[in-house]
Amino acid sequence: MTPRPPKRTKGADDELNLAALHWAMGKGRIVAGCIAPHPPHLVYAENPPQNEPVAEGGWEQLRWGYERLRASLADKDYDAIVLLSPHWQTYVGTHFLGLPHFEGLSVDPIFPNLFRYHYDMNVDVDLAKAIHDEAEAAGLPVKMMENPDFRVDYGTITTGHLFNPDWDKPLVVISSNRSTAYYSVEVMQEIMMELGKVTRRAIEASGKKVVVLASNSLSHRHFTTESEMPEDMSKEHITSHAMHLWDMRMIDYMRSGQAQRILDEMPEFTEQAIAESDGGGLSWLLSTLDVPDYPAILHGYGTIIGTGNAVVEWPCYAHEEEQA
Amino acid sequence: MSEGGVVASFVVPVHPHTVLAPDMNPGWRALRNAYDEAAQTIRDLEADLLIIYSTTWPSIIGHQIQADPNPEWVMVDHDFHDLGSIPYSFNIDAEFAHAWDDANRNRGLQSRCVNYKGFPIDVGSVVALTLLNPDNSIPAVIVSSNMYANRSETTVLAKSCLDVIKSQGRRAVAITAMSLSNRMFTDFIEPADDKIHSLKDDEWNRKILEFLEEGRLEDVGQLSRTIHQQIRVQKVVAFKPMWWLSAMNGNRNDLTGKILAYEAIHGAGGAVVHVDPTSTGVGDKEYDEDDVEYFHGERGVLDTGTETDENIEQAASEIADGGAGTSERSTPEANGPALWDPTEAEGSVNTTAAPKPVGAYPHARRVGDMLYLSGVGPRQPGTNSIPGGPIHDENGEPLDYDIRAQTHAVVENVRRIVEEAGARFDQVVDVTTFLVDMKRDFAGYNEVWAETLGLVGPTRTTLAIDALPTPIAVEMKVIVHLGE
Repeated sequence: MTPRPPKRTKGADDELNLAALHWAMGKGRIVAGCIAPHPPHLVYAENPPQNEPVAEGGWEQLRWGYERLRASLADKDYDAIVLLSPHWQTYVGTHFLGLPHFEGLSVDPIFPNLFRYHYDMNVDVDLAKAIHDEAEAAGLPVKMMENPDFRVDYGTITTGHLFNPDWDKPLVVISSNRSTAYYSVEVMQEIMMELGKVTRRAIEASGKKVVVLASNSLSHRHFTTESEMPEDMSKEHITSHAMHLWDMRMIDYMRSGQAQRILDEMPEFTEQAIAESDGGGLSWLLSTLDVPDYPAILHGYGTIIGTGNAVVEWPCYAHEEEQA
Repeated sequence: MSEGGVVASFVVPVHPHTVLAPDMNPGWRALRNAYDEAAQTIRDLEADLLIIYSTTWPSIIGHQIQADPNPEWVMVDHDFHDLGSIPYSFNIDAEFAHAWDDANRNRGLQSRCVNYKGFPIDVGSVVALTLLNPDNSIPAVIVSSNMYANRSETTVLAKSCLDVIKSQGRRAVAITAMSLSNRMFTDFIEPADDKIHSLKDDEWNRKILEFLEEGRLEDVGQLSRTIHQQIRVQKVVAFKPMWWLSAMNGNRNDLTGKILAYEAIHGAGGAVVHVDPTSTGVGDKEYDEDDVEYFHGERGVLDTGTETDENIEQAASEIADGGAGTSERSTPEANGPALWDPTEAEGSVNTTAAPKPVGAYPHARRVGDMLYLSGVGPRQPGTNSIPGGPIHDENGEPLDYDIRAQTHAVVENVRRIVEEAGARFDQVVDVTTFLVDMKRDFAGYNEVWAETLGLVGPTRTTLAIDALPTPIAVEMKVIVHLGE
């Protein structure tokens, strides 16, 4: 028997209407897109059982921001998380984790005193391969990572934990192609805009509901010293007023639905704020979300060893409800 | 214990092809063969320590030094994971690592050891240690490349390493794990198609190798910024390893270099170079940039100034103790070098009425009926202030100053030291004066001379020089005849 679409009635339950819409379109969809930064300090401060070091807290504004993000999406159903991490740095093309399961110990090579995390994660290889294939068809150099000894980068693990501490959703993990280093922010953005488009197409074709995460800070100038107790919040602040101004400017654009202006100013922002957008995650995210013109939700902002970090959600579900 | 030193230095490539796939490309095989030759040379030299400065281990909080005595894991490259895995189990000299860490802090550097199970040793270090020390018979130590460090910090990092090598009497091999040009092809290529990414990269690489073969390591170090701009992808770690390697070899240009191989690895310039410390007798160094002994750079940004000062003071004390054992250095002023207590060798004449020295020497020394004064400037005892004002601020920006006031203060300091020796001012027989700005200052200095020492009548020589250790314009070297 041919399945029937859910009945769509004006004024009826919005979720039902949306389900009907997507069923009719035969499309997967993006539930939400988020900036989900990965400083290991946040996991360290939380003291989850997977992490070896023990902290007395710290960086609460950002950790509470993550709590609000999780709460915001708690009642939203989705199948997978697609994540781009600037700490899986590839210089030859863009790579995708290509095995169904990874586990091991992730030690941050820069802050090993804070982050030694025992991870156990699943990968949605089908969706990863679908994005890979779509990117390859678009002419992007891509590769599936199928070496079982591969140690997943700490950026992925940190964002993965903070966004979904239960690890009960499979991930698609995309490497950060370092085209900013090779060429320029402009070239990076061109590549990432294309990668975002094919990511979106592959998600829609997959029929799956997905959350996409760009795992990056905003301004990214670190302090070069660390206080004796890293979680001593009396030492934490932005490295300079200029960094603060850039961060607030970008957040204003996010909150007012001006994603295009973020993209327009990406070269200046990336170079002047030494922003972690150099890894392409933010450009990719905004492209994957089809350059949203609706407001994002700022769940939290704070500094970590001087860098500026925001937890931001573009609530695609709410936007679709409005459109529906 | 014999005196330690660097018995050889090597430049080696970082990518895993030489370990995992040497026979997929003749160039990769040539690099592997060169690696094997380097390993044999190290064994023949009976080296007892391998020190790796790795450009593929970036750090933020100062420099990090591996201190796990036996780090074990399986390394998979982020890009070339399809070539396979490299299991490793290394023999790390943790004692040396901690001593180096201490020495770093003694010289004002931010530094720390890392000793954590599962720490991801970087690909460059894994490749280098796997091939240069295949049986783990020689203990090793690995240091990171700090992404914010510049030349002075990287140079001091080497000097602190040398401090420990000498104190422990080690026969050390200094190794930089690095590419020359580091631009790889951004697409996947067949191994047979590998070549240097561009003619420009190739030409620069060959120029670097020409310098290294001539033993001109310091010249390569001083070209580092240019090399970085010309043939380096602007990754987080700049072209710093030659700063470190040159300082490990005494910033020399008369070394003996040998190129063992130069080939492409996915477009990047890979080379194995042996630098022998034996002097060729040619190639004198020509410094364009100052040498540095202590790092006084951008630190303390978390407002832990007291802690930093204590570190430096402790450092000074330890360094001094390692020398004469009696000297003591005080916290350095923002605008000038650290101050020392004067040394006390036989015949020394010292006084609290004269400014503290800026090194380990006395105010004066008596030999027979002659008294030789160390160079005397205008700084005031106790406060270290400069009458007439300093010639530049702590950022090096020039300031207006009064040469007459400075010269008067110099003469007064000379008088105090002479009198401390029990001599009279009119027994000064010879003076050599150093001026940093002859054109500007000679007239004023000459006027004060006429009013003071000119009345006594010593012979005099006046020289123009580039700079003095403190921000002063005038210094005098004085000889006194104590007999009637």
